[in-house]
Amino acid sequence: MTNIGFVRSELIPAKPAPNRISGPMAWVQKNLFATPMDAVLTVFGMLFLLWIVPPLFNFVIGQAVGPSGTVEECRAVDAGACWAYIYNEMKFFIYGFFDIAEQWRPNIVFALGALLFVPLLIPKVPFKRVNAILFLLVYPAVSYILLAGGVFGLLEMPTQKWGGLLITLIISVVGITLSFPLGIVLALGRQSTLPVIKTLCVAFIELIRAVPLITILFMASIMLPLFMPQGTTMDKLLRALVGVTLFTSAYMAEVVRGGLQAIPRGQYEAGASLGLGYSQRMYFIILPQALKHVIPGIVNNFISLFKDTSLVYIVGMKDLLEAVKTKNDSALEWQSSNTATTGYLFAAMVFWIFCFSMSRYSIFMERRLNTGHKR
Amino acid sequence: MQKTLVTIALAATVGLGATAAAQAGILEDVMAKGYVQCGVTSGVAGFSAPDSNNVWTGLEVDYCRALAAAVFNDADAVRFTSLTGQERFTALSAGEIDVLSRAATWTMSRDTQLGISFVGTMFYDGQGFMVRKSDGIESALDLSGAAICMKSGTTTELNAADYFAANGMEFNTVVFVDKDEVVKAYEDGRCDVYTTDSSALAAERSKFAVPNDHIILPEIISKEPLGPVVRAGDTTWFNIARWTYFALLESEELGVSQANVDEMLGSDNPAIKRLLGVEGDFGTPLGLTKDWAYQIVKLVGNYAESYDRNLGPATPIGLERGLNALWKNGGIQYAPPIR
Repeated sequence: MTNIGFVRSELIPAKPAPNRISGPMAWVQKNLFATPMDAVLTVFGMLFLLWIVPPLFNFVIGQAVGPSGTVEECRAVDAGACWAYIYNEMKFFIYGFFDIAEQWRPNIVFALGALLFVPLLIPKVPFKRVNAILFLLVYPAVSYILLAGGVFGLLEMPTQKWGGLLITLIISVVGITLSFPLGIVLALGRQSTLPVIKTLCVAFIELIRAVPLITILFMASIMLPLFMPQGTTMDKLLRALVGVTLFTSAYMAEVVRGGLQAIPRGQYEAGASLGLGYSQRMYFIILPQALKHVIPGIVNNFISLFKDTSLVYIVGMKDLLEAVKTKNDSALEWQSSNTATTGYLFAAMVFWIFCFSMSRYSIFMERRLNTGHKR
Repeated sequence: MQKTLVTIALAATVGLGATAAAQAGILEDVMAKGYVQCGVTSGVAGFSAPDSNNVWTGLEVDYCRALAAAVFNDADAVRFTSLTGQERFTALSAGEIDVLSRAATWTMSRDTQLGISFVGTMFYDGQGFMVRKSDGIESALDLSGAAICMKSGTTTELNAADYFAANGMEFNTVVFVDKDEVVKAYEDGRCDVYTTDSSALAAERSKFAVPNDHIILPEIISKEPLGPVVRAGDTTWFNIARWTYFALLESEELGVSQANVDEMLGSDNPAIKRLLGVEGDFGTPLGLTKDWAYQIVKLVGNYAESYDRNLGPATPIGLERGLNALWKNGGIQYAPPIR
């Protein structure tokens, strides 16, 4: 019996999808011109880019004067950004008034910092505990001795001479590392059942949060000396560090409290039923979960702290932005109509690099710690 | 409780100790520290600003170096604190700095009410006007009806209003909060005139693409005597500060400069002999050494040298001496004789 039927013995070779559905034209249609509204927006967007990008490119790269340029080139009528100015004044932007012959000292501090900090950030690198101890205890001491000098035959460098990126980094690193634990303590204190601790923490947080950072720095720089007996002076940098740390820790406390409140009551009770004490319960069960929830908030605080460091100009310190401003105003040998703009552009770029890296790292951390909570 | 008492007692002792130390006299404190702590601006070209090697330079900075030279025979025995306008007097009265050399205008209320004493006038400044050369304006009295760019909330605004009212002229103000905005507005032609202190006008002019397209009008409409300031109540330190300033002027008047100061030691002129400590001893009563003024001139230079190096026509700021010339040369800088 023969069964006559048509059965294909091989598959028809796959054909590319019609141009309507895939390919560049389809992509354009689907993403840019799907509806009349989209089309209008696309056209406006394109026009906007055309309007903004070419001049920007010309200014930053096209007609810019490179690092080896001269001030005459920067003063030319059609000159763009004056990168030669940045290149020549770079030392001031990084170290401030730090003696040029002694700048190897901050360089060592930067290098040591990178050497100790980067492995802390990469999960795979071993010896985390030793590394953390080195970074948190040994490194600050070594850095302080190297920077301040006055011992071991190092020339003394008063903090008034520190400046630029060095100050920005010192304030943000110290502020971040101190305000984080302080914020956790304050958050836990605020949830405490002991009335004194609770009241103190609430009062501190609410007071600091209700006042702008500028006011705190102003207070530290102008009011504090009046309260203290004559002749006792407190280092300006120290005052700024304390101000910035306290300010950020209050915000941090509220972020952490948000995390603590997201933890179901059962977790606390489960911990207690296992016979764990308060600190063990917090350390092993509550905080690891709570902090994970609020990573975006924490990093948000870090980023805003990093940017807020530029407010220390209020106390007469030259952070990166203020160093740029100072040179914009006073480096007459580099004056041209684009000098100041280039200076600010440079400062913005440095800030962007640091803040963007922080934000990318936080996303990486969130993914790594994600154990199914993502919503 | 006992612990608390001990703590309070300790704190009180420390406090008293600190107060006692401060009362020992600023000169003794400075000697013990080994350097003069000097308050300066956060960067005004020509007065106090970082140079290309990131070392503080400027007329006000030179004054601090001269003070260090007089006290320590070392112009580098000085540390600079950059201060904002708001904190400068507090920093001085709280003892954070020994001398303030930071574009502070000498006014009666500051001199009498803040617990500070003005030492003298290092620089006679005053509010002036800058216009475009192409406008053909030659005097501030031609400015009737002009649009004037200025910074808001400063005495600049009030001075200008007073001046125009007193001369029965009309004007339109274009005010901005930030100095850079004011300059930009003037540059873009949004106003005809830019007004601020004349030293700042000169500094701003030097930044324009073609500085010679702009002129600063001869009229100065306000008095802004800028000078160093010390804490009130310490006569020794005040005298040292004051005579350091006078020594800068006196050496210029006598023709003693950094270059020829060693030759001048052999001069026959009694005034030079007294200045350089060859004859008589004027340093010891100040608490210094006999050659205090020699050290100032040797290490820093006289007033003219400092002025020319920082503000004079050879610098980008290009400011003529004007009122700041010696009294002999038509200015009003005048030092009492050393005798």
